[in-house]
Amino acid sequence: MLEKFDKPNRFVHRWLLTRAGQVAALKTGWEWPDYLCAAAVRLGIDRNRYLVTPGLYAVGTPGPESPVLVTANYKLTLDVVRRDIRGLDAWILVLDTKGVNVWCAAGKGTFSTAALVRRIQMVGLEKVVNHRVLIVPQLGATGVAAHEVKKTSGFRVVFGPVRSKDIKAFVQAGMQATPQMRQVGFSPGERLTVALVECSRGIKLLGLTLVVLFLIAGVGTDFFSWGRAWHGVRFGFVILLLGFIAGNFLTPLLLPWLPGRAFSQKGAEAGAITGLFLLTILNTGAVLGLGVLLGVIAIGSWYGMQFTGASTYTSPTGVEKEMRLAIPWQIGVAISSLILWRVGIC
Amino acid sequence: MSTFRYFAGVVSLELNGEKCTGCGMCRQVCPHGVFGYDQGKALLKDRDACMECGACALNCPAGALSVTPGVGCAQAIIRSWITGDKPSCACGGDSTCC
Repeated sequence: MLEKFDKPNRFVHRWLLTRAGQVAALKTGWEWPDYLCAAAVRLGIDRNRYLVTPGLYAVGTPGPESPVLVTANYKLTLDVVRRDIRGLDAWILVLDTKGVNVWCAAGKGTFSTAALVRRIQMVGLEKVVNHRVLIVPQLGATGVAAHEVKKTSGFRVVFGPVRSKDIKAFVQAGMQATPQMRQVGFSPGERLTVALVECSRGIKLLGLTLVVLFLIAGVGTDFFSWGRAWHGVRFGFVILLLGFIAGNFLTPLLLPWLPGRAFSQKGAEAGAITGLFLLTILNTGAVLGLGVLLGVIAIGSWYGMQFTGASTYTSPTGVEKEMRLAIPWQIGVAISSLILWRVGIC
Repeated sequence: MSTFRYFAGVVSLELNGEKCTGCGMCRQVCPHGVFGYDQGKALLKDRDACMECGACALNCPAGALSVTPGVGCAQAIIRSWITGDKPSCACGGDSTCC
């Protein structure tokens, strides 16, 4: 779908002739398809196919002494890099990461020592530049071993800053990073962006769950009641939606302020806030009300816990520890909520 | 990133001070400022900030660092419980993991 808007080579400014053949020099400004597609892929549309051809690219008018930056072939990644290094004359070596960003591709093994060495040879980099230095994004270090690259290719890897917006300052400072350039953060904007990405998946699950709730609500001693099924699904929808919002939006946004370190706990707290707020505007009996509150807490806790994957600082050992503690508790609360809800809608 | 702290005392990161040559690569690659430097050798300045990404161990030429690397992602861990495989970020471009 995105191909309709984003044609190959649209972002190529001109072609440069090098000792290793023609190299595309990229535009440094974004055009409207870049903005449109960046928004679309973040909502999950066509994300798996938003990629560029791996190989060597240029920005500005680089020569044999210009720096070489290594990056992934996720189009959004390349877009951000070419925009952020405007004004710099540099080569960009794009690895085949199957359209995945640098950090995740490094974890998956597509942004790796072997892939880098192979790509250096494929593009004939030793003919294009006289020096033997590569700037690899710091987050690529999960997949690229600098000393192995040196041994097998002769190129010395310098790990550049975490964020591409710091590349210019890094290069201009003689390839020196400030401590701040080396640290991963998790700003409110970043937290909201990753939360939005999670939405497309959440909606599918919501639909499926509502069908199940419809059946559970409808079936009874009277065989099946459409009225009760509809009544139950309305409350079920509110519980699921509010739980999702609590876990997936409120938890990320309030992350530094929600007490506790476990994401499941933060999610449950966000769920409790949301659920209590809901009860002040919802006119229900005590049983159904308690069911709604517990349901929002359980689902908020679940989605809060899922947000560990989108966060930038949780360790796998820690997440597993948290899950073993939280999941039995979440199931217990969810079942209590389900029973109270089913009794409450009668 | 001092704003955000995960659990204390859980990570698998280990530094072998005898093997360390003090080259400084670990400090360069760590995204959470875990490493410090003292008397020609690396030290674990803030071990609990580690997210077990594995960059330091991979880039330690002396083999002085060990960590069980992985993704701190509940979805990946649930999947590994079901399939029995190592937890990995198998969500492709389709989720927040990546």
